[in-house]
Amino acid sequence: MLAYTVRRILVSIPVLIISTFVVFLVVINSGDPVANFATSRQPAPSKAAVAAFARHIHANQPVMERYWNWITGVLHGDFGPSVQANLNIGHDLFTRFKVTFTLVAAAMILALIMAVVFGVFSAIRQYSAADYTITFFGFLFLAMPVFWFAVLLKQAGIWFNQKTGSQFLGTIGEKSPYLEVDTTWNEFTDHVGHLILPTITLALVSFASWTRYTRASMLEVLNSDYVRLARAKGLRRGRVMTRHALRTALIPLATVTALDIAIILGGAVITETIFQWHGMGEMLVQAATTLDVYRTMAWLLLSAVVVIGFNLIADLLYAVLDPRIRYD
Amino acid sequence: MTDIEAPGSAGTQLPPGDREFTVRQRTQTQLVLRRFVRHRAAMISLFVFVLILLWAFIGPHFWHYSYQKYTEDNSKPPSLKHPFGTDSSGYDGYAQVMRGTQTSLKIAIMIALGSTFLGAIWGAVAGFYRGIVDAVMMRIADLVLTLPLFAIALVISSRTGGSWYWIAIVIAGLTWAYVARVVRSSVLSLREKEFIEAARALGASDARIIFRHLLPNALGPIIVNATILVATGILTETALSFLGFGVQPPDTSLGLLVSQAQTAVDTRPWLFYIPGAFIIAIALTINFIGDGLRDAFDPRQQRVRQ
Repeated sequence: MLAYTVRRILVSIPVLIISTFVVFLVVINSGDPVANFATSRQPAPSKAAVAAFARHIHANQPVMERYWNWITGVLHGDFGPSVQANLNIGHDLFTRFKVTFTLVAAAMILALIMAVVFGVFSAIRQYSAADYTITFFGFLFLAMPVFWFAVLLKQAGIWFNQKTGSQFLGTIGEKSPYLEVDTTWNEFTDHVGHLILPTITLALVSFASWTRYTRASMLEVLNSDYVRLARAKGLRRGRVMTRHALRTALIPLATVTALDIAIILGGAVITETIFQWHGMGEMLVQAATTLDVYRTMAWLLLSAVVVIGFNLIADLLYAVLDPRIRYD
Repeated sequence: MTDIEAPGSAGTQLPPGDREFTVRQRTQTQLVLRRFVRHRAAMISLFVFVLILLWAFIGPHFWHYSYQKYTEDNSKPPSLKHPFGTDSSGYDGYAQVMRGTQTSLKIAIMIALGSTFLGAIWGAVAGFYRGIVDAVMMRIADLVLTLPLFAIALVISSRTGGSWYWIAIVIAGLTWAYVARVVRSSVLSLREKEFIEAARALGASDARIIFRHLLPNALGPIIVNATILVATGILTETALSFLGFGVQPPDTSLGLLVSQAQTAVDTRPWLFYIPGAFIIAIALTINFIGDGLRDAFDPRQQRVRQ
């Protein structure tokens, strides 16, 4: 297992290098920040200033050299120059990562809990009214655009705050800009209040498909011989469900959850934009609008590492949970 | 497609001696169609989807307002004159939603066609030749799969000026690898079948085997995937347009319409709910059609109803 893990990590290094190189080519060729600098400023900058800007963002270097400088710089903790003066990309990325991490983690946990609860219930009561209702909402949420639901939820939050006369459900930002009584408890409730609506939004991205998955996997297990045997030898239904069926049924879900991380990161960009969080989503949107090559690359590199990491976790979890699978 | 006598679906025809035991000989296509027609949710969805499609593409020719002409009414709720109301600058909501649906559908269908075309050929060639060709082609596909679809599409589309075909090309360029993987796995098992052996013995070229024998027999998973790609396509495009990286004004898409209405959910709710409902309706019907097709092509996966 350890040897397998080490080998997988070693294999993912060239994958990461090639993939970031391809992305680097795409990003530097899909916009000209120097031309943008020369034309979008008032008064128009001098030729010397444009040349200095091009030098500053390494736009005049040959592609290979530029990539090499970037990737070696990253290993030393230097993420390259931003088109914005005085912006340390590494520091920016780190601060924003903490913000986004809270949201993504909370949303994944919420989506998992809901998916298991609804999926298992749906499977146990197959073809009941509850099953059809859950299936219907599953299909509906699968078809629902995240941004539309997010705007709706934000409106609901504002309405709730007006009705209760409180400011509990935050709809703008990841925390209040200032707090009246700045205690740890107040800070905590403020954070939670701001987290609720975005978490529900983002959880929805994967909740529907995970529920369908849990249901299918649970049904398969429920129709298997060993579950029938467990019932036949007189074990109580509840015990069979939790100890025998559920444990096996959840194995594929672990893999699916880990593999869906890329979709969740995309959903986080939309969610953060609507709730005006200062997280990685805002960073990507800003970097794309300002044609900021190194800021975009920092975002994509981190997401690539996260995706590859989660893929590895998926494979390892599979082996841990299912003793029939052994890597060697 | 149904009129063609015995299409190249080898292996389904019974030898003449067994004829008396069967009711009526049916081709593969007929079997699939029969199963699909019996899938009630899928048939209703197909009907609704075709209606939306016709409405979006033919409707604008018969409607007395254009999506880019101001009317004299501002911020009017839905009425007989303006079934979907008007927005604050006087645009007719009905014309706008019609145009938005048209653009979004056009992009989504282009994504599905483009990515299916490339992915199917890519996967078939890789699966047919195996060995080094397969290894290189599938590593490239794997590489594309590791790219986060939404983020990359956002980065590229911010620079392509928002024309609808560019958005379609960018998204298709990131989704074809899924199709390639699915097709490759079908082709890997198909290429070992006897009818491929027979074709090769008859002197068929590689291209003929791939295009006349392998791809038509892998049509089931290809069509199901293409259907689901329409739903993925419309959700991705509308999200991009919502964030301002997709379709740009004066043209419009369903995502852009929702984005423009997001501050008016309370004051002019019709502007927000109607385009949103159209996105949901399209994605929902497409998912049901895809489900129906999957069951029709592969009845083994279907669970027996109790």
